[in-house]
Amino acid sequence: MLAHAIFFYFFSFIAIISAIMVTVSKNTVHSVFFLILDFISISCLFIMIGAEFLGMIMLIVYVGAVAVLFLFVVMMLNVAQQKNQWFKSSETSTHIPVGLIVSLIIFFELIIVIGGWKYKPDIIENFSDSLISNSTNTHTIGSVLYTEYIHLFQISGMILLVAMIGAIVLTFRKREGVKRQNYFSQISREKNHGVELVEVKSNEGVKIDV
Amino acid sequence: MEYIVLLFSEIYKILYVLIPVLVSVAMIVWLDRRIWAFVQKRRGPNVVGPFGLFQTLADALKYIFKEIIIPASSNKIIFILAPIVTMTLALIAWAVIPFSEDYVLADINVGILYIFAISSLGVYGIIMGGWASNSKYPFLGSIRSAAQMVSYEVSIGVIIINVLLCVGSLNLSDIVLAQEKIWFVIPLFPMFVIFFISSLAETNRPPFDLPEAEAELVAGYQTEYSGMMYAMFWLGEYANILLMCALGSILFLGGWLAPMDIPLFDIVPPPVWLILKILFLFILFALIKAIVPRYRYDQLMRLGWKVFLPFSLIWVVLTSGYLLYFDLLPVY
Repeated sequence: MLAHAIFFYFFSFIAIISAIMVTVSKNTVHSVFFLILDFISISCLFIMIGAEFLGMIMLIVYVGAVAVLFLFVVMMLNVAQQKNQWFKSSETSTHIPVGLIVSLIIFFELIIVIGGWKYKPDIIENFSDSLISNSTNTHTIGSVLYTEYIHLFQISGMILLVAMIGAIVLTFRKREGVKRQNYFSQISREKNHGVELVEVKSNEGVKIDV
Repeated sequence: MEYIVLLFSEIYKILYVLIPVLVSVAMIVWLDRRIWAFVQKRRGPNVVGPFGLFQTLADALKYIFKEIIIPASSNKIIFILAPIVTMTLALIAWAVIPFSEDYVLADINVGILYIFAISSLGVYGIIMGGWASNSKYPFLGSIRSAAQMVSYEVSIGVIIINVLLCVGSLNLSDIVLAQEKIWFVIPLFPMFVIFFISSLAETNRPPFDLPEAEAELVAGYQTEYSGMMYAMFWLGEYANILLMCALGSILFLGGWLAPMDIPLFDIVPPPVWLILKILFLFILFALIKAIVPRYRYDQLMRLGWKVFLPFSLIWVVLTSGYLLYFDLLPVY
């Protein structure tokens, strides 16, 4: 049990420190790297409580895909200088109250959820009793997700699909004057279409139609 | 006291896997160069040691004694971290590879997800190296490589789903044992081909080595690296290639299982079969490096998103429909 406790405090310490560093560090790229460290240590915590499927999915989805996109945006847009300006000038600091309101709302939501779970455990229907205890938690999650919660699962999938299509529609623009390459015409091009033998009289040249 | 004993026995087991992997990485670099040379009618490295076998060791020694140059305008911590991350991630994935039924370091329930997660983390070594170098070519190379690896991971994930549908477990040993009757390469042959091509793209091998396309980007994300740090990138890359070959042979070629269940094949120990399969896949990797020209970047993206992803998704539907119709689904 001692080793378990040591590892638990080790990972939680790293998680909290890196979560603080995400907001504190001056360089935005460093913030993203601390966010990745935070994700990794939290997935380690998931694995420690025996939820290995959740931990791995956390690594694959958040660290492997979402954080890569964060890094892309931060590196390409060069937000590093902007972040410092936010705190320096008092005129442009309108987003600090907005951020405060959002964080307060999230905080109260967390309090409500955790309080409800702590003091009224029977408020939500509980399926954990009906589960087979000797199967792995991947099987258990699958057997609950695709039977009891299938409609919620499908609806969340639809929401993600709609969001994805929306993002594509918003950012899609048709550019004029771009040369597009047609793979089929490139591959199916043959010698007698591409090469032409022209008799050229000397000192007259030849006109080639483009 | 018992913790210390446990610690030492674990370290012993880890070294028992790690040292063969590192030695075979060195050998595989030599093999790669040899095959490349033979295809092009050259000799290849043949001077150091018998058949040039120690060439990689000589190269490694050279890299150790070279000066490590850190660019003045680079972000030093991340610059140094990048090769370490690449190398570590390439090596820790070997923890779950089963060499035989009882020769596996960590027999975890979600082995395949673990490997998938680790290989999706591999992109960070490259991004960090490219960004921290603070120079144009490494940055462009790392951006290219990140986009490429993320896209091809998607199709690898869908291919893995195909195999998992037939197995019903995420454990790598279970995946191998499920192939006792028939290797998955036969019923899922198109998926094997797509997996092989995607793993070429995932490990930045030719014909998909655009991150280090020397004609456009000097050496991509490795441009600013020198000495041992460059060697670590290089070792990590080859360890990753070896890992992808091992994954391919576990998912599709029956892992440590012999090709047929006859007594003659039982003389050969199971790990040797796995090593032979890894070697077979690696020789294919090396041959493709030698004979195929490099892809154009838009063609690469088109292949990943418009060809492989829809095709493997359709194959998931086909596989699950087939299994459901003939009542073959492995239900626990």
